[in-house]
Amino acid sequence: MAKKTSKQELAEAAELVKNTVVDAVLEAKEKAEEVVKETVKAVKAATAPAIDAKIPEGPLAEKWSNYKAHQKLVNPANKRRLDVIVVGTGLAGASAAASLAEMGFNVLNFCIQDSPRRAHSIAAQGGINAAKNYQNDGDSVYRLFYDTIKGGDYRAREANVYRLAEVSNNIIDQCVAQGVPFAREYGGLLDNRSFGGAQVSRTFYAKGQTGQQLLLGAYSALSRQIGKGKVKMYSRYEMLDVVVIDGRARGIIARNLVTGRIERFFAHAVVVGTGGYGNAFFLSTNAMASNGSAAMQMYRKGAYFANPCYAQIHPTCIPVHGAFQSKLTLMSESLRNDGRIWVPKKLEDAKKLQAGTLKGRDIPEEDRDYYLERRYPAFGNLVPRDVASRAAKERCDAGYGVNATGLAVFLDFSDAIKRLGKDVVEAKYGNLFQMYEKIVDENPYEDPMMIFPAIHYTMGGIWVDYELQTSVKGLFCIGEANFSDHGANRLGASALMQGLADGYFVLPYTIQNYLADQISVPRMSTDLPEFAEAEKAVQAKIDKLMAIQGKRSVDSIHRELGLVMWDFVGMGRTKEGLETALTKIKAIKKEFWSNVFIPGKADDLNNELEKALRLSDFIEIGELMARDALMREESCGGHFREEYQTPEGEALRQDDKVSFASCWKYTGEDQEPELLKEELNYEFVKRQTRNYKS
Amino acid sequence: MWLVNSSIGRKVVMSISGTALVLFLLFHAAMNLVAIISEDGYNMICEFLGANWYALVATAGLAFLVVVHILYAFYITMQNYRARGKERYAVSARQADVEWSSKNMLALGVIIVLGLGLHLFNFWYKMQFTEIMHMAGASAGDIALATDGVYWIKETFSQWYYVVLYLVWLGALWFHLTHGVWSALHTLGLNNNTWMPRVKCISNIVSTLVVLMFASVVVYYFVISLI
Amino acid sequence: MEKAINITLKVWRQAGPKAKGGFETYELKNISTDSSFLEMLDVLNEQLVSERKEPIAFDHDCREGICGMCSLYINGHPHGPDAAVTTCQLHMRKFKDGDTITVEPWRSNAFPVIKDLMVDRGAYDKIIQAGGFVSVNTGGVPDANAIPIPKKDADEAMDAASCIGCGACAAACKNGSAMLFVAAKVSQLALLPQGRVEAAARAKAMVAKMDELGFGNCTNTGACAAECPKSVSLSNIARLNREFLCAKFKD
Repeated sequence: MAKKTSKQELAEAAELVKNTVVDAVLEAKEKAEEVVKETVKAVKAATAPAIDAKIPEGPLAEKWSNYKAHQKLVNPANKRRLDVIVVGTGLAGASAAASLAEMGFNVLNFCIQDSPRRAHSIAAQGGINAAKNYQNDGDSVYRLFYDTIKGGDYRAREANVYRLAEVSNNIIDQCVAQGVPFAREYGGLLDNRSFGGAQVSRTFYAKGQTGQQLLLGAYSALSRQIGKGKVKMYSRYEMLDVVVIDGRARGIIARNLVTGRIERFFAHAVVVGTGGYGNAFFLSTNAMASNGSAAMQMYRKGAYFANPCYAQIHPTCIPVHGAFQSKLTLMSESLRNDGRIWVPKKLEDAKKLQAGTLKGRDIPEEDRDYYLERRYPAFGNLVPRDVASRAAKERCDAGYGVNATGLAVFLDFSDAIKRLGKDVVEAKYGNLFQMYEKIVDENPYEDPMMIFPAIHYTMGGIWVDYELQTSVKGLFCIGEANFSDHGANRLGASALMQGLADGYFVLPYTIQNYLADQISVPRMSTDLPEFAEAEKAVQAKIDKLMAIQGKRSVDSIHRELGLVMWDFVGMGRTKEGLETALTKIKAIKKEFWSNVFIPGKADDLNNELEKALRLSDFIEIGELMARDALMREESCGGHFREEYQTPEGEALRQDDKVSFASCWKYTGEDQEPELLKEELNYEFVKRQTRNYKS
Repeated sequence: MWLVNSSIGRKVVMSISGTALVLFLLFHAAMNLVAIISEDGYNMICEFLGANWYALVATAGLAFLVVVHILYAFYITMQNYRARGKERYAVSARQADVEWSSKNMLALGVIIVLGLGLHLFNFWYKMQFTEIMHMAGASAGDIALATDGVYWIKETFSQWYYVVLYLVWLGALWFHLTHGVWSALHTLGLNNNTWMPRVKCISNIVSTLVVLMFASVVVYYFVISLI
Repeated sequence: MEKAINITLKVWRQAGPKAKGGFETYELKNISTDSSFLEMLDVLNEQLVSERKEPIAFDHDCREGICGMCSLYINGHPHGPDAAVTTCQLHMRKFKDGDTITVEPWRSNAFPVIKDLMVDRGAYDKIIQAGGFVSVNTGGVPDANAIPIPKKDADEAMDAASCIGCGACAAACKNGSAMLFVAAKVSQLALLPQGRVEAAARAKAMVAKMDELGFGNCTNTGACAAECPKSVSLSNIARLNREFLCAKFKD
């Protein structure tokens, strides 16, 4: 028995030893694996492409001059041998295409509308900033730079913003020379108005149609080059991929929207200026065809997508009023020059307004809460857009909304009409008032306008260095499509400035620094395997979409995505909300790829297919926005995380933790993208908490 | 030649020939008024503007203007028809501030030409033409009555159907001129925002004046014939 | 106030540029009078897609009346019966319950139909390419305030420049003429000292291109200005005539 027992014991002991050894080995192996993983991670991190913004040396005010003095140039004879593709004909695209062609490059220019004059820059109303100081109110390049950096909540690159302010004056000169009919004073000199985020009047304007006039100026310059044969214009074409050969962008794949044919185009460099991705929200102030697809194509080919979560919500838009609605209409920020924003002081008045039993004009002065003037005495109604939007949301969330949905505040001109007279107000804002009346069917001269914030502009976009080159060589990105210059929030009248600065005065210089090395590269055949492969991938995606033959229309899925974006990635964001958004967007993606229905044929004019291709990218952009917003644990500019706010509800930045520009690198279909960081070094400006109170 | 090849050039030809014809009408209508004031005076004018070299040259010039005006009208209308494209609108509506006459100038013109034919038969054929023929040695019409304008006026406007036809003709002329006069000035570039209402007003005054002067003679002699 | 109306739509459908087109009739129920005309068409297209049919192709983009892309001929009017608006700004409150609405594409020889209600307005771009610009290159221009411009001229230039190039003028014209479009651009630039330099050459080049592209002869009916969504004035045509004649007489 005892023997047996001892034998048993022995066996048990042996077993125990064996198990212990195995465990130890396993544990060691695990540990070793962990160490290897860590090491690999560390090595990876160490060898990861360091983000190099290529900012020139020297004092802030001399960087751009230094750059231009030392950059490489291409001589006139060689320019003729170089082709440049410019995608987009907005302010940035058209001005770049025209300027490059004037210099002598061969330009291929693409736009999705029937004419380059239709790009959505045309809808900008209020004006364009420049540091001319014509009003003698103390403006200067530095002040415009400083206001822009501050307005962007210290999340933009100093050198880029300074350059922007520097060339702003040239833009005004250029536009006047082109015959842009800016507003003038009786003495014949240019007039200015003031805009949000500034204490000087530096905004040049052409009625309420400044964007239109500037775009038509660029369009006329472009047309001149098309007439001369230096620009080959491809309208009703949509870019579907960028072709990269040996690490350099060498062309694009585009679809002829009339015939449905997929075509290949070669160029020595590719410039993309296709605007922002605000339509991920479905309802926005963007045009119906505005999309983020070109940006996503660049992203998938290796260009970093930077700060996707920075989206601007514009405070003065006409409120949503029905499920059928296809877009939101902006009322120019210039209205805040003379209009006063308010909600009732008494909750019961708000209730009556919501029920429609009381009109805004019937509420006596003492019962009105001019909340912007109350909260921000120094800037009043002219606080930056993000601040004004959040303040409106705060009042509406508290129950003081003034329309049926409770999601609107008043923008009132009764004081201005009393002070200036109806004629003056009409001369200044007549077309905007008319637009309001057409849409809402109410007379804004009598009843105060109702407004509410809406998605308007995306500060985020494709990462570019100082030369506006993306992380893919030979691929440039300009205008709203890139991430530069506006930081976390854009000031009013600065989008036009940036688009034209990039297109007229920055890119035509910096691209030569790249092209100077390309003069010996002959024109390549579009039969190269890289072109064939890119086209095949595009064709495969289209075939896949056409084959789904599900039950849902593209728009119905897009609306669903928009609601998720507005609810969880909109004006107020939280960790939980963003996580919910990510789950919901994944579900929408699945629904889209299994249940969308596209009628018609792929090789024909097919609007539904165009929309489906764009939506497939909006879904990815939505995911990227939510991911970026989740990562960015702070509130700054257009990105407001409810966890990070002061007791008064102001944005609370975390400069020590997340002051970098987040650059997302594509790692593959359905893979988590990799986060790279461009540290923003503030050498010349001290970061402060934005203060618009005093 | 840009007066043929360019659209604005063609319009200028219409404008200038039209303006000259309007001036002629004013002149003609003023002469006619004399018939109401003094029958002898009117016949003196008829004699003066008979088969004299200056009157004949003026008549030839006038005929040339009319032919040019008509040929260009057809040419332009044909081109415009083609410019409209093959498919036509299924529904077309009237715009509030677009004159009816401006869209029917050719139709009005055709009525005017028909009226002109009648008028030439009634008067010119029996007066100046008869004189010419007579001088050429042929015997056409009654040479004794060739300069007696008043006789022919009385003869023609004592018949009610001529009165009706002439009044319809003058009505068409009025519509044609209300658009024609201001349009001619506009085509020559003699217009702007301030002058637009004035030019249109002048146009209405001129056409009304011309038509009233002509019509008064017609009506006057019709009434006389009834008494 | 918002109401819902039922309407019948007669829409021109045409598969392609060379295909034969014709009207299709659609019934639409419960259309909010607050929706825009294009939003109503969106509803119709959603309905068609749900019936697995091809939606109606029509041009549209900004939907706030400035890009000039939308181009529908509604009940006999370009951009519909409302004054001084584009199709996208036309609201259904302008129609009554039970109305039949006929929607056609622009009809003009120079604007061939691409599909359904979409037409090709490339001709307007070609006219601008012929001379609708000031010949200045980027850079090397004088200061913006170097030449004062009388406010009156600047304002008048602005009014002419508000043209959105939608093509309603040629579509409304019984002569298929593009004069208002050309006149607007020629006027804008002729009124400003910057554009004055090339005024004569510009007027000649743009008119020549317009004629070459098959637009008709202007007969001053004024339908263009009456239908213009931006109320571009007819007197611009007088200015164009003046510029053109002066240029020709100088030659």
